[in-house]
Amino acid sequence: MKYVDEYRDGEAARALVAAIARAVTRPWVIMEVCGGQTHTIVRYGLDELLPPHVELVHGPGCPVCVTSLEMIDRAHAIASEPDVTFCSFGDMLRVPGSRGDLLSLKSRGRDVRVVYSPMDAVDIAAANPGRRVVFFAIGFETTAPANAMAVWLARRRGIANFSVLVSHVLVPPVMTAILQAPGNRVQAFLGPGHVCTVMGTAEYAPIAARYRVPVVITGFEPVDLLEGILMTVRQLERGAAAVETQYRRAVRPEGNPASRRLLDDVFEVCDRKWRGIGAIPKSGFRLRHEFRDHDAERLFDVGAIETREAALCISGQILKGVKKPRDCPAFGTQCTPEAPLGATMVSSEGACAAYYAYGRHREVARA
Amino acid sequence: MCLGVPGRLVETYVAHDVLMGKVDFGGITKQVCLEHVRDAALGDYVLVHVGFALTRLDEEEALRLLELLESLKMADELEAPSP
Repeated sequence: MKYVDEYRDGEAARALVAAIARAVTRPWVIMEVCGGQTHTIVRYGLDELLPPHVELVHGPGCPVCVTSLEMIDRAHAIASEPDVTFCSFGDMLRVPGSRGDLLSLKSRGRDVRVVYSPMDAVDIAAANPGRRVVFFAIGFETTAPANAMAVWLARRRGIANFSVLVSHVLVPPVMTAILQAPGNRVQAFLGPGHVCTVMGTAEYAPIAARYRVPVVITGFEPVDLLEGILMTVRQLERGAAAVETQYRRAVRPEGNPASRRLLDDVFEVCDRKWRGIGAIPKSGFRLRHEFRDHDAERLFDVGAIETREAALCISGQILKGVKKPRDCPAFGTQCTPEAPLGATMVSSEGACAAYYAYGRHREVARA
Repeated sequence: MCLGVPGRLVETYVAHDVLMGKVDFGGITKQVCLEHVRDAALGDYVLVHVGFALTRLDEEEALRLLELLESLKMADELEAPSP
């Protein structure tokens, strides 16, 4: 497939690994921000191809993982209402909340549906005027334009029975939180390629300058990641801390201006709680007041929510790059993708789930 | 989750005043919102996430990387120690 196969070329990957080995003289710790990048790295074993001086740590960029337990419990409570049709991206359905996951509600006869696009949920609402249709709007800046478009479209089409439960999160504030956390090891970032396709690259310049960290906006195929690592290592070795873009076929410095305008019309920045990490100021989006008639958080009074996380889980430290899945005694034993204890095992893009999917729990067992 | 899949734009239409289109992903065609990539022409590749086109892929930039990779491969072959 064009724009995919050429970036999985083994010969090009080997040449890039050799170039990284020539460029590196000292140990460096680099965090890839996105869960999609983590998945590619572990799937192709890129971290194991790199010279020992280059350590990759896995970032918080998995929206399914970091969606707070409170929000999952709220979704569960809303989806339990008999007149609700609850629509979600597929990977949210199996995330365990305090009272079970959304999939188990479906098996108990509630109307829980997987949609490919939030705009499909608007069509479901239009076709079922007797149902209250709620879409679980999670994701980073990449997903926000599609979710904003669904809300905007519902208002324009006058579809009053459509609402969204918004739990959007933003990348720059969590990068700052990681750099400020005690015990931080991250010296550079592979930045979020698709987030920057929407938002552009300007908001990363203050982070690079203030914390003296290179930020290289990187794509998601093996060759993209290796080129991103090469660009990062070259910056680190010469003492630079700039924002550069590896993923130039998709990212323009200004992002997508039409998307940014729509986001600004529909959403406003708010404080947000991250599963495994905690509250981060100004790290999310919520609906603007003008769209309150489509705001599920306002429309559904689900009462007080009390949550409980597994005490054993170290996902917070993994999401901040302080620890690796192998450092967790529960990894692959008490905690598996079938019965996850916490954030990084719940989605296939979480670091623990990626390590498990590609057999790395067996290495732990052998060690 | 922030998965973006490149596909070729094969048809455009308007629904509820929003620009939509059909995009071919290596043989599978899906309906995609094109409202924010209004500069994309038929045959162009767009990057699609949850049924929403985020951007038109830049052919020149794609070629730049591929050319760089070719030159790296050449350099690697020249530098590789002889067996």
